[in-house]
Amino acid sequence: MADVTEQEILNGLGEIVEEIVGIPAGEVTPEKNFIDDLDIDSLSMVEIAVAAQDRFGVEIPDDELRNLKTVKDVIGFVQGLAVDAPGVKK
Amino acid sequence: MSKNRTKVVVTGLGATTPLGGDVPSTWSALLAGKSGVRPLDWEGVEELPVRFAATLEVDPAEVMPKHKLRRLDRSQSIALIAAHEAWEHAGYAHGERPGQTVDGDRLGVVISSGIGGLHTALNSYDVYKEKGWSRVSPFTVPMLMPNGSSGHVGIEFGAMAGSHALVSACASSAEAVGYAVDMIRAGRADVVITGGTEACIHPLQMASFGSMRAMSTRNEEPTRASRPYDKNRDGFVLGEGAAVMILESEEHALARGARIHGIASGAGYSGDAHDIVQPDPTGSGAAKAMRRALVDARLNAEDIVHVNAHGTSTPQGDVAELAAIKAALGEDVAARLCVTATKSMTGHLLGGAGALESLITVLTLREGLVPATTNVDDLDDAVDLDIVRGEPRELPDGPIAALNNSFGFGGHNVAVVFQRYV
Repeated sequence: MADVTEQEILNGLGEIVEEIVGIPAGEVTPEKNFIDDLDIDSLSMVEIAVAAQDRFGVEIPDDELRNLKTVKDVIGFVQGLAVDAPGVKK
Repeated sequence: MSKNRTKVVVTGLGATTPLGGDVPSTWSALLAGKSGVRPLDWEGVEELPVRFAATLEVDPAEVMPKHKLRRLDRSQSIALIAAHEAWEHAGYAHGERPGQTVDGDRLGVVISSGIGGLHTALNSYDVYKEKGWSRVSPFTVPMLMPNGSSGHVGIEFGAMAGSHALVSACASSAEAVGYAVDMIRAGRADVVITGGTEACIHPLQMASFGSMRAMSTRNEEPTRASRPYDKNRDGFVLGEGAAVMILESEEHALARGARIHGIASGAGYSGDAHDIVQPDPTGSGAAKAMRRALVDARLNAEDIVHVNAHGTSTPQGDVAELAAIKAALGEDVAARLCVTATKSMTGHLLGGAGALESLITVLTLREGLVPATTNVDDLDDAVDLDIVRGEPRELPDGPIAALNNSFGFGGHNVAVVFQRYV
């Protein structure tokens, strides 16, 4: 979406990850893989996805969640979908 | 049975209770006769018949990071806190903390809860009703299952010999200790992390026990409400907390030069087969458990100098237990021993009670000091055993033994025997 920058999504995701699994937000960088690099388990990913949906006003279907392996994947997904999404926190 | 049966010893103690966030603070509060009972300040608490409970002295949020707490039920977080203290106390390594190690295939866990994740179950249902299924935490099931604490502790310390969670209401964690002893004796493990946990001080629980008329309603004097053996006792006081012990074969403990705090000599069990909540008024089931515990421990009644009673401060239960002690040990032994009911200070931890009182019994024997039962202003005329009151009582030297009783709804009777290690 035009007025949500990649940096804003990254910052938001960092806060969510820190809140849910305790990894410092600063370690959540675009190239990180959630499972291999950040050691986040599948149930925690569900929690992170729900929090991301609330925060960015997007729907992340279960099928799509499986494809979101890196932080960059999520940023791309949110940017691609959030264009017309209502309730995006700016 | 071989005469050279494996001796099981206690090498580590951990607890977080209404009296303190660890074992030393809990023990000193017990000797000082302090109360862990506090008024509840919930919204709407004035509607409840009982408005106090023995809440934790140190909230888990003070010692555990938030992201860990959010995927643990309160009962599980405190089980982990107590297990960490016990593990460290036993001299074992964890993470970057140095210490000794144990083969994971020889390490077991037996940690019980009588109720399980009550807060999780009820809070999750509120989320479901208010926000829909997709907002229910994916950790809800592992948080509410009563074996969750055993599972978490097993993961934390790499225990692969077996992970168990026996459930028998207020006798749950006494059974856990007995099962842990059996695991080591049977050769299935060298070391077992065992104990109990409970955290169900919730409005529903206050309402449920309240509707049974099982709890004290002394709302004006919460710290005076738990008063086993007092004429004016009117029910138990709900408590929360966790207690964990490291049990180990004596051979394993000696080989690594561990400090030994006591001997877990054995346990006895019986079922009342009488009523789902009322104890058998004859006390015969309780007496059977105590006699069977002595047989299991290969001790005589004469060896017992002290009983940490179940003593919950209910009008019928306290006196019935004393009659059972006399029946089990004989009049002569019963006349010589001293009895205490530490629930007068800690409240009733339900599924955590057996483990906490086992831990207290180990310390009582090790230190030679029996914490006094508090709030016995006017001893019930029906009490004819020596109840420790006022100051802690000194115990004699030597390899003395003590019993810890736990009885649970369902008619579960468990007695665990401990001996001083000399």
